[in-house]
Amino acid sequence: MAEKNQRLEIVTPERMILDEDVRFVVVPGEEGELGFLPDHAPLVSSLKTGVLRLQKDSETSSIAIHGGFVEVRGSRVTVLASIAEKANEIDLSRAQDAKQRAQQRLEQKASEVDIDRAQTALKRALTREKAAEQ
Amino acid sequence: MASLRDLRRRIQGIKKTRQVTKAMQAVSAAKMRRAQEDVLAARPFARRVRGVLGRVGSASVGVQHPLLTVRKPEKVAYIVMTGDRGLCGAFNGNIIRKAEEAVKQHQDADLICVGRKSRDFFRKRKYNIVREYIGIGESADLELTREVVKYASDKFTDEEYDEVYLVYAEFVNALVQKPMVEKLLPVENLGSENDQGEKQEEKGARVEYIFEPDVESMLAQLLPMYVENSIFQAFLENKAGEHSARMTAMDNATKNADEMIENLTLSLNRARQAAITTEINEIVGGAAALE
Repeated sequence: MAEKNQRLEIVTPERMILDEDVRFVVVPGEEGELGFLPDHAPLVSSLKTGVLRLQKDSETSSIAIHGGFVEVRGSRVTVLASIAEKANEIDLSRAQDAKQRAQQRLEQKASEVDIDRAQTALKRALTREKAAEQ
Repeated sequence: MASLRDLRRRIQGIKKTRQVTKAMQAVSAAKMRRAQEDVLAARPFARRVRGVLGRVGSASVGVQHPLLTVRKPEKVAYIVMTGDRGLCGAFNGNIIRKAEEAVKQHQDADLICVGRKSRDFFRKRKYNIVREYIGIGESADLELTREVVKYASDKFTDEEYDEVYLVYAEFVNALVQKPMVEKLLPVENLGSENDQGEKQEEKGARVEYIFEPDVESMLAQLLPMYVENSIFQAFLENKAGEHSARMTAMDNATKNADEMIENLTLSLNRARQAAITTEINEIVGGAAALE
């Protein structure tokens, strides 16, 4: 018997990133990772920057998510993210460069450096790196 | 009758114009295709944000948020979005007309003009423009969107504006753009705005949602996102509409030029023939007079 699947949609303001049936999803929730199997109870949660993992048949893949929301209802998981990138679309060397730049800026600790921005940039770069490596 | 030289010159002139309109049509067609793809790709997100917001909203009746506060509309602002450039038929004019109609219903409403055409129009008529954004690029610009959103929602939260409206043209298809006036703030009709496909399953039972972390903070994140996305979406709709309006306008202009060239060529040939006939007559007449 085939395994029961759920629909996973990942949408960003620009376009639909993904729309397919999957077995299992883990999203980076605001208060820790959330895993969904089919027929999960209805839920809405905000997301933080992190890696979304999904399992489909026997394959797993990763997608970098930068902020947004997840909604679960019925057997449908909808992720609304400001930015979402599939692992194979991520330019690893660019992410690494960005990581270095952000780290440098944080180390300088000069007053003109926007700490929040640098930290966000660093987080993004790290997430991208992680997603790409998995 | 116009002289041969005049006719030739006019035909040349129209041919030059035709070259321009033809080229503009081709360019607009290409840009339209891209803009159309963009707008269609962006719609699912807008619809879903609306859906989630509706469901969170209906679960959070009574929850207060600055962007939800309804006040007596004493001071209102309009965000009027048009293109930067003309030569696109009635596209900008339609939006502006719709906007002016709406603005006139209020006493001294403030205007936030996005796009050169709306700025020029309202400035000439001495409307109260508080912000203007011109030189909008080819693709919808997130930075610009954020600026507009920030300005509008700050003013709204500070209770300087009681209502903020958004005027733009919805892209229906390549031939139809529908000017719209939408209330942007306060965010209204939470819970009633579900997209049609979802309505039916919704009817069955109100599902109880689990909220993480909690309804208030969800709302606090969702609302700005929703407002921002509304403007972003309006940008995309406008862009697609502008390009398709321009393409249609240029197509018509090219066809008109073709027709004019045809008519003028006919007149030219007639005039030429008449001239030749006259000349022959003169020669024949001259020869006859010699005998």
